[in-house]
Amino acid sequence: MEANPRSTGRLPAAFLTPGSSSFMDFLSEHQPAILPGNRQLPPMKGVIEAPHGTTIVAATFPGGVVLAGDRRATMGNMIAQRDIEKVFPADEYSAVGIAGTAGLAVEMVKLFQLELEHFEKVEGATLSLEGKANRLSTMIRSNLGMAMQGLAVVPLFAGYDVDREKGRIFSYDVTGGRSEEHGFAATGSGSIFARGAMKKLYSKDLTEDQATTLVVQALYDAADDDSATGGPDVARRIYPIVTVITADGFRRLTDDESSEIARSILERRLEQPDGPRAALL
Amino acid sequence: MSTPFYVSPQQAMADRAEYARKGIARGRSLVVLQFADGIVFVGENPSRALHKFSEIYDRIGFAAAGKYNEYENLRIGGVRYADLRGYTYDRDDVTARGLANVYAQTLGTIFSSAAEKPYEVELVVAEVGETPEGDQIYRLPHDGSIVDEHGSVAVGGNAEQISTYLDQQHQEGMSLAEALKLAVQALSRDTNGTEREIPAERLEVAVLDRTRPQQRKFKRITGRQLGRLLEDGGASTAAEAEDPEDEE
Repeated sequence: MEANPRSTGRLPAAFLTPGSSSFMDFLSEHQPAILPGNRQLPPMKGVIEAPHGTTIVAATFPGGVVLAGDRRATMGNMIAQRDIEKVFPADEYSAVGIAGTAGLAVEMVKLFQLELEHFEKVEGATLSLEGKANRLSTMIRSNLGMAMQGLAVVPLFAGYDVDREKGRIFSYDVTGGRSEEHGFAATGSGSIFARGAMKKLYSKDLTEDQATTLVVQALYDAADDDSATGGPDVARRIYPIVTVITADGFRRLTDDESSEIARSILERRLEQPDGPRAALL
Repeated sequence: MSTPFYVSPQQAMADRAEYARKGIARGRSLVVLQFADGIVFVGENPSRALHKFSEIYDRIGFAAAGKYNEYENLRIGGVRYADLRGYTYDRDDVTARGLANVYAQTLGTIFSSAAEKPYEVELVVAEVGETPEGDQIYRLPHDGSIVDEHGSVAVGGNAEQISTYLDQQHQEGMSLAEALKLAVQALSRDTNGTEREIPAERLEVAVLDRTRPQQRKFKRITGRQLGRLLEDGGASTAAEAEDPEDEE
């Protein structure tokens, strides 16, 4: 007769079952209640007031991809936070930016980072970029119940594909549907304005420096027209988070580097508030 | 002559212990050493796909000798335990001590239960601290006990012989190259005292390096980096011996 595995302090059977390298699959076997998608919400009237996050932009350039996000979180008409972080490294060669309900989004990113790290540790090899994009898709899909109650999370995923040697961008809808974007992409309440700006400024052969300037210009234009997106706050030194992913891995621009870009953009905007002008034909 | 119906518990346990020890002694030895910048794992392993050393968490590494599928299972269980704990609480709340306790309970239960065959594995769980005083090495034999080790430890194969040699030769504050050299010397000594050459291709080496800027301190050392460290007068730190093209 064997002692009850749970009461002896030994690792329960779920820990020792081979087969899956996914942390989320393991949790759904062992402790499904702590998976974000499994929470049962009571039926409710009215909208939950939760902080929302807002414009994320990405652009590819030869040799990599840039992913940037603004710093504002709003709750109704109030600014809930001035310096929220919405762009996170997912692993060494990819990053995710999130628009939507701030608290849920941050939790989802934490779980996503863990999912990728877990797979790497168990398997001994990293997932392909498509594989990572797929896992993120599954997570967003499992949040659909809460999204329909007003607590949506919509990410933008960017990474450096080491096999194809180029940067790639994936955008998602609230059901987890994924599509690869070519060139540039944006998500969030200010994404329409950001996309409009990038349409006129983007070209396929930007340098890394030009690409980082491009995304900050796009975020500036988004902040100009969307109250839920924050522009650079020079007084408090709060600038958009700009990240670059190349063959050398993930890198987040330091405050000095972002402030450098923001200042040079602002100087020129003092002369031309609507930004650089494109030719008509 | 008919087989006896009754076996005394003492005899049964002694048989199980003997069985497990024999299984572990059949495997290849591995060595875990403290050096100035952290902890190094060295073992003879001709396979490129199957590893004896693995990362469990930011500062925690795992090494095992014995039956592969049994310790592979425990390794995956350990990674799941660590990731779940880090997710539920915080990354800083995952410790080698907690993990070693869980492994000890698991192995102990398996060993004591008459229904399951004892695991033929011996594990080492190590954690690198901010300073050398914070480094921890735990050895977990097949029967569920935990031994707190200091400086150096060897498991598998002719572990006693290698341990004695290491105890005599190991010093605190060795560089990575020195520690590696000592480990390879210790592993090269055969049971009858002769020495043989273990080429770099047959070595598996990994470190928990507290000087690494990344949060995850575990790193495998292979290829050219390993070759350079093994040469006499090699670089004194893992970072110096790295070639930018080598970086995995």
